[in-house]
Amino acid sequence: MHELSIATAVVDEVRPLAGADVVRSVTLRIGELAAVVPEALEFAFAVAAEGTALAGAELRIDTVEGRARCDGCGREGPTGMPPVLWCEACARPLVLLSGRELEIVRLVTAPGPGPVPAAPAASDKERSPTRR
Amino acid sequence: MCRSVDLHRAVLARNDENATALRRYLDRHGTIAVNLMSSPGSGKTELLELLLTRARARGTPVAAVTADLATENDARRLARSRAPVRQILTDGLCHLEAGMLQARLEPWLPEGTRLLFVENVGNLVCPASYDLGETLRIVLVSVTEGEDKPLKYPAAFGLAQAVVVTKSDLGDAVGFDRAGFLAGLRQVNPHVPVFETSARTGAGVDGLLAHVMACADGRAPHTPVLARQHEGLLHRHAPGTATAPGAAP
Ligand SMILES: [Zn+2]
Repeated sequence: MHELSIATAVVDEVRPLAGADVVRSVTLRIGELAAVVPEALEFAFAVAAEGTALAGAELRIDTVEGRARCDGCGREGPTGMPPVLWCEACARPLVLLSGRELEIVRLVTAPGPGPVPAAPAASDKERSPTRR
Repeated sequence: MCRSVDLHRAVLARNDENATALRRYLDRHGTIAVNLMSSPGSGKTELLELLLTRARARGTPVAAVTADLATENDARRLARSRAPVRQILTDGLCHLEAGMLQARLEPWLPEGTRLLFVENVGNLVCPASYDLGETLRIVLVSVTEGEDKPLKYPAAFGLAQAVVVTKSDLGDAVGFDRAGFLAGLRQVNPHVPVFETSARTGAGVDGLLAHVMACADGRAPHTPVLARQHEGLLHRHAPGTATAPGAAP
């Protein structure tokens, strides 16, 4: 499933931005027409985040409706899914306004455990990120 | 104390950057890449073998890479065309990515290659999201797969710059609803050029090759409606333009 590749890409993009902090949540904007299944992505994200600063982070997904406009008759509305990108009345292609988004838009972090020697936490065992 | 950062970073920004780099690499070599996507069993390999053979016959330096989850059958079959062919095993990954492709091309791409066909992994979901630095993206579908395919896989068909119908010689036998297919295709990708081909009879192959060559020689390929938001309204992310993590309330 390519949701795992997408989730891995999210983790790889966010990790350098988090620095030494731990990531509490990541918010994505995903268009209806981006060919990503949110439920599959949530599951894949949990897997991809394991052993990284994103482990246990919440994935928030803002879904963006697919919308299009006809420059012939001026009609504007949702594209539906599968999308209708053709105006039957005017016999011309529509203009896509939204729906292809696949972006990281927000990151909430908290200070990481830091270098202070503390009692070894159970969640802090050494793990090498196993990434294909 | 939590820190919240607003950013605006494409999830696939890294692949987009790698695709831009790959496009430049191909440009430097005078090579045009054609990204071929289809479901398994669409007859893609058979058609590609014929395209390679005919391109060679016309004196066009042509090469192909074929991506597969595991086997090497496709590469062996394509090698019969006598064109340089390279297999890329994706080790279970369901699509090719630009960085992976460039790493395989660099030590191998024969000098002077004009046309490089890239046979993507056989599925119509995952590969659609990944730009491979191609000049032309072609989606293939056989008449045996049914006329509702464009509506079942709107991202793949919606982003295609050309659509190739394969095994057209079987169309009547399997009751392919040509009008229904074209109507569905127009719904998700108005005006996309369609080529009906048969690797068995050779029908339509020269027309397809002529179209590919025209695009290689500078003719602007079709721009799908679905691709236009991506290029126009969403800004494309140039390398290093990710919003710096500034403190936000
Ligand atoms: Zn209209």
